[in-house]
Amino acid sequence: MPRLSHSPLDLEALVEAIAQPSQGAVATFAGLVRDHHAGRAVTRLAYSAYEPMAEAACEAIIAEAQQRFGVRADLRHRLGDVPIGEAAVVIVAAAAHRAEAFDAVRWMIDEVKSRVPIWKRERYADGTEAWVDPTVPDGIVAARQSP
Amino acid sequence: MLFARYAELLGSERVEVDLPERATADDLINALRQLPGGALLPPQPFVAMNHAQVRAGQRLAPGAEIALLPPLAGG
Repeated sequence: MPRLSHSPLDLEALVEAIAQPSQGAVATFAGLVRDHHAGRAVTRLAYSAYEPMAEAACEAIIAEAQQRFGVRADLRHRLGDVPIGEAAVVIVAAAAHRAEAFDAVRWMIDEVKSRVPIWKRERYADGTEAWVDPTVPDGIVAARQSP
Repeated sequence: MLFARYAELLGSERVEVDLPERATADDLINALRQLPGGALLPPQPFVAMNHAQVRAGQRLAPGAEIALLPPLAGG
C-alpha cells in the first residue's frame, strides 16, 4: 500500500481503517502547510521525494512503531503541490489505552522528519523560492527562480 | 541520482561519472564536485546505495543505484 500520495490526504479514512473493537484509543497527527516560514509569507509549497526509498522508510517506521509501542499504526505523506492549510502528513495509532497511542504518533512524526527522503520547496509572496533545509540557521536555502 | 536542491545545482536528476573500481562515496562526491555546479555540493552529503545509507568508507557496488540526498524536509 503506497504511503505517498499526490492527492489530498484523508485522515478520517485512516482512522476508520485502523480502529478495532479491542482498541479504546486512536491518536492522530496532521501536519498542515503553514502560510509563513522564517518571517516570510508562503504562497505555495511543493514536496518531492526519492519515492522508492521514501516508501520503504515509511513502511519501516510503521512496522517499528507497531513493534515498539504495541499499537496498530499507519501514515500518509503528500507529494507535489500542497495548498496552504491542507495536510502534508497524517499519522494514526490505535491502542488499547491512550498513552501508547499518543507516544507512537509523536515518535512517528519525529522519525518521518529525520528518516524519510522528502524535500520541500517554498514559494513566497514576493515571487522568490527556497528549499527548506532544517540544518541551516534560517531553515531555507535560496532556490533559483523557476523558469 | 540527484534530488531537490542537488539536482538543481547540477542541472539534472541523473548524472554519470567514471569511477575507478572499488570506489567509495568520497570518490563519487569528488567526481561530482568537478562537474559544472558541483562545487556547491556540501563536503559530505548524505549518500544512499540501493535505498540504504552508505557508511563512511563503504565501497560502491557496481550497478547499484546511488543517490545524493539533500537535508530531509518531510513532515
